Amino acid sequence: MGTLAVETIGLSRRYGRRWALRDVSLSVPQGSVVMLAGRNGSGKSTLLRVLATALRPDHGSARVAGHDVQAGRDGVRQAVALLGHQSFLYEALSARENLAVAASLLGRPLDPGVLARVGLAARADDPVSSFSAGMRKRLSLGRVLLQHKPVALLDEPYGELDPPGFELLDGVIAELRARGATVVMATHLVEHGRRLCDRALLLDEGQLVWSGPAAEMPLDALRGSAAP
Amino acid sequence: MSVFLAALRKDLLLQWRTRAQLVAVFVFGASALLLFSFAVGPNAGVLRQHAAGFLWLGLLLASTLALADSFESEMAQRALEGLLLLPADPRALYYAKAVANVLQLTLLGVALVPVMVVLYDAGTARVGALVVVVALGAAGLSAPGTLYAAMTAQARARNTLLPLLLFPLVVPALLAAVKATSLLILGDPMGQLRAWTLLLVAFDAVYWSLCGLLFERVVED
Repeated sequence: MGTLAVETIGLSRRYGRRWALRDVSLSVPQGSVVMLAGRNGSGKSTLLRVLATALRPDHGSARVAGHDVQAGRDGVRQAVALLGHQSFLYEALSARENLAVAASLLGRPLDPGVLARVGLAARADDPVSSFSAGMRKRLSLGRVLLQHKPVALLDEPYGELDPPGFELLDGVIAELRARGATVVMATHLVEHGRRLCDRALLLDEGQLVWSGPAAEMPLDALRGSAAP
Repeated sequence: MSVFLAALRKDLLLQWRTRAQLVAVFVFGASALLLFSFAVGPNAGVLRQHAAGFLWLGLLLASTLALADSFESEMAQRALEGLLLLPADPRALYYAKAVANVLQLTLLGVALVPVMVVLYDAGTARVGALVVVVALGAAGLSAPGTLYAAMTAQARARNTLLPLLLFPLVVPALLAAVKATSLLILGDPMGQLRAWTLLLVAFDAVYWSLCGLLFERVVED
């Protein structure tokens, strides 16, 4: 196995008394595209947020791009771009201004091609508050692209996108793969994910219940209780 | 420094885009000054004597609205979290937000001065000095106010929590600001203005250094 982009050992996280992640140990090779599947509330978003250092784990450890998520938080953040459920956007600012804020905080000029890449060049100067949910998702995707990070964590990236948006996202994932980036994508579109991804991880009630090549992921595992 | 400037530009842009809210906050502060003047009665001497205290009370009450608003857009779509994950230095983000809030509160305070002059017959010839005192007092409100606004932004009872936390902490700075403003309005025969202004600067220095250190612990999980 080559270098690991993500590695967790016994990773656990709870909200109050409920465990959202329980003893999750997994590894993701560098440069791979991995589908994270599981029913609602299975812990997919929590896992991605822990890997992105937006949440701290309660037990266990996780390393992303060689950095520990607790001891090396800044290193992880330098390496990871997160597309979360929330857009991370300012409603009162325009699409261009939102990307410019992110670019300037990263200390680089805004690549004007990013807005065109996500199909928002014509609405670049409109406030985000006037955008549909799908357009916000596109802009958030643009925010991920401009970061040029080696690891992209995408939480339900297909949600709210229209068919051209699906194609756009598939293209972006292909672009990230060609760039050598590692992509971990939580999705309910399992059939689509099986075609697109190299590997799959299946979570159920916070536990990793299956991992392997995406094409071999058992679809019935998502219905009812999953078997290892 | 570049992160601070980029964040400050963002905060000023956000304030400009939501400037209608500042007008509402000003109207609230002016209404408070009006109501306080009713409480004192028509005696011009008494009104003048209390003018500085009521100006700062009006600004303090209005500031809780402005400070809470300043984190509304940061929390709505977890935009602040998005900046921290870029990663952007939390301290730079804090100081940018606090400086933007100082500018906003100073503007608000300066806009309330003419209302005070009309309602309380409490003018001063030393306008420049008054603006400096207002700015220093605004800095004393802004530093802890920005920290507490970040702390309470996601709480259900944030509108109650913010003043509950903020008011006791800013009392020393507020006393110094009231006294300095009062000396400008009523005259300073004993030459105390410099001492009260320096005391205000000292409180500001304590707030700004401590709150900058604490911000990261407040916003990180």
